[in-house]
Amino acid sequence: MELWYNFIDFLLPYSWAKHFFMKNALLAVLLVTPVFGLLGTMIVNNKMAFFADSLGHSALTGIALGVIIGIKSPLWAVLCFAVLFALAVVLVKNAQTASTDTIIGVFSSTAIALGIVILSRQGGFSKYSVYLVGDLLSISPKDIAALGLIFLVVLFIWVKMFNKLLLVSVNQSLAISRGIKVRLYEYSFAVLMALVVTVAIQWVGILIISSLLVLPAAASRNIANNMQQYHLYSVIFALFSGLAGLILSYFWGTATGATIVLILSLCFVLTLAYKLMRN
Amino acid sequence: MKKNFQQENCRACVSGLCCTKIINLGVIRNRETILRNINLHIHCGELTALIGPNGAGKTTLLKAILGEVPHTGKLEFIDSHMKRTSRSLIGYVPQKLDFDTSSPLTVLDFFGTAHAKLPVWFGHSSQVKKRAQNALAVVQMEHLLNRRLGALSGGELQRVLLAMALDPVPNLLLLDEPVSGIDQSGLLLFYELVSRLRREYDLAIILVSHDLRMIEKYSDRVVFLRDKTIAYSGLPGEVLNNPKVRETLGLDWENALENGSKRGRSC
Repeated sequence: MELWYNFIDFLLPYSWAKHFFMKNALLAVLLVTPVFGLLGTMIVNNKMAFFADSLGHSALTGIALGVIIGIKSPLWAVLCFAVLFALAVVLVKNAQTASTDTIIGVFSSTAIALGIVILSRQGGFSKYSVYLVGDLLSISPKDIAALGLIFLVVLFIWVKMFNKLLLVSVNQSLAISRGIKVRLYEYSFAVLMALVVTVAIQWVGILIISSLLVLPAAASRNIANNMQQYHLYSVIFALFSGLAGLILSYFWGTATGATIVLILSLCFVLTLAYKLMRN
Repeated sequence: MKKNFQQENCRACVSGLCCTKIINLGVIRNRETILRNINLHIHCGELTALIGPNGAGKTTLLKAILGEVPHTGKLEFIDSHMKRTSRSLIGYVPQKLDFDTSSPLTVLDFFGTAHAKLPVWFGHSSQVKKRAQNALAVVQMEHLLNRRLGALSGGELQRVLLAMALDPVPNLLLLDEPVSGIDQSGLLLFYELVSRLRREYDLAIILVSHDLRMIEKYSDRVVFLRDKTIAYSGLPGEVLNNPKVRETLGLDWENALENGSKRGRSC
C-alpha cells in the first residue's frame, strides 16, 4: 500500500489525492469498475438487468440475517444469502411456471421486504441506510485486498467460461448440440453475479449497484460493432465514470456511487445520441 | 444374434453405412404426453423430412434427439465402422435465435464462441478466422464474416447457422426450418445446398419443414407426425398423396400447392 500511496503522490499532486481515503477509494475504483464493465456486457445481452437489481435487494436480507446471527461484518451472511437467492431464482425460472420478470419481481420484493422488517424491528433502520447508498470513501486497505482477490477469481472464471456462455445465450439447443452443459453455465453465471454484487454492495450501495453493472455495457452497445469493441468501450466507460465520479463527489460532497452512476447515464445519453445521428 | 441382425439391417441401408436408430422414444412433460412410440431409422446420405400439424411434436422430437428434452426409449448411433454408441456428433440448425438482435455480435464472433479458447473479446486468432472462413465458404457466405449476426436476413442467418452446424462435420444433422422470414428464392437455394451437402458429406439429415413442395422435390423420406406419434412414414410421393395426410393438413396442403411462391403465409 505504501508503494501505491507514494505512486499517487508522485502521479497526482492534487489536493484531492492527498487524503488516504481518496487513495484507497481510487484503488478500489480501478479494481471494481473494469470487472463491472466486463460482466455487464453479458447481463445486457441476456436481458438480466432486473436480475442484477434483485441481487442487490437480496443483500438487504443478507445483512439482516447477519445481524440476527450476530456477525460483526455482514459480508459472509450477505454472500451466502445472495448465492442461495441467485440459485433459487434460476431454479424457479427453469420450472417455467411464470414469466421470468414476474418470478424475479416476487423474489426481489420478498427479499427487500424481509430485510426491512428484520432491520427495522426496534426502529433502528436508519443506521443501516448506509447500505442503500454505499460508502466508497470508508474502504480500508484490508477491504481492498479482499475485493482484489475475489475479483481476480471472478475474472479467471469469466475468461474460462465466456465463450460457452455467449453461445448458450445465442441459442440453448445449439449450445447443447455442441456439448455444452447449459444448466451448469446458467447457474455459474448467476453465482458469479451474486459474488460480484455482494462484495461491492457495501461500497456502491443497494440502490444503484445494478446501474453500475448495466450502464457501461448499455452505453458501449450504442457504438460498438463487434464483441471486442463492445467489451473495450464498456470497460473504458466504467473506468472513466468511476474516476470522474470519485473526483467530482469529493468536490461536490456527494455520495460517490451515485455520482459515478450519473456520469455513466450521461455516457449512455451521449452514445445514444451518436447512434441516432449515425442512423 | 440381435446385434448381428441390426448390423446387417443397417448395411442394407439406402446409401450410407451408418445410421441413427430411434427406438420407442417418448417424451412426457408435466405429466402430459408430448411424444410416444417413435420408431425411426435415419440413414446416412438420406434426407428425412418431418412434417405434421402444429403441436404434433416436431421440434420436441429434435430436442429429444439432441438430449435437451428428457425422453424414454433409446437412441442408437451406428457409425461407418459399425460401432454402436449412445452419443453422436450432432449438428443443429435452430429455427430462430434467442439472442437480442441489436447485440454487437458478428458472424466471426459467433464462430469464435465455438472454436476459440480465449474469450472472443480478446480478438480472434488467424486459425479461428480461417476456420470460420472455410465453414462459410461451404455455404457460399464468406462475405458475411464481419457482419452482425442480428443484421442478417432470414436466409443469410439460416446459412450461417448451417455452416456452424457443419463444422465439425456431424454424423447427424438436425434442421428446424423457420416458419417465416425467408423468401422463395432463398428457400430454393437452401434446399439445393442441403441436398448437395447430403451427398458430398454423406450426411444423415432430419429436416422439420413446412414447405411440402420442397419436400416432395428434395427429401428421400417423409415422416408424418400426428397425435404425438408417427402416423405415416415412407417415400415423399406416398406420404404426401395419402388422403389421410392431405386431410389432416387440410387447407395448409392446398395452400402450399397453390401459393408456393407466397411461402410463410401458407404454412
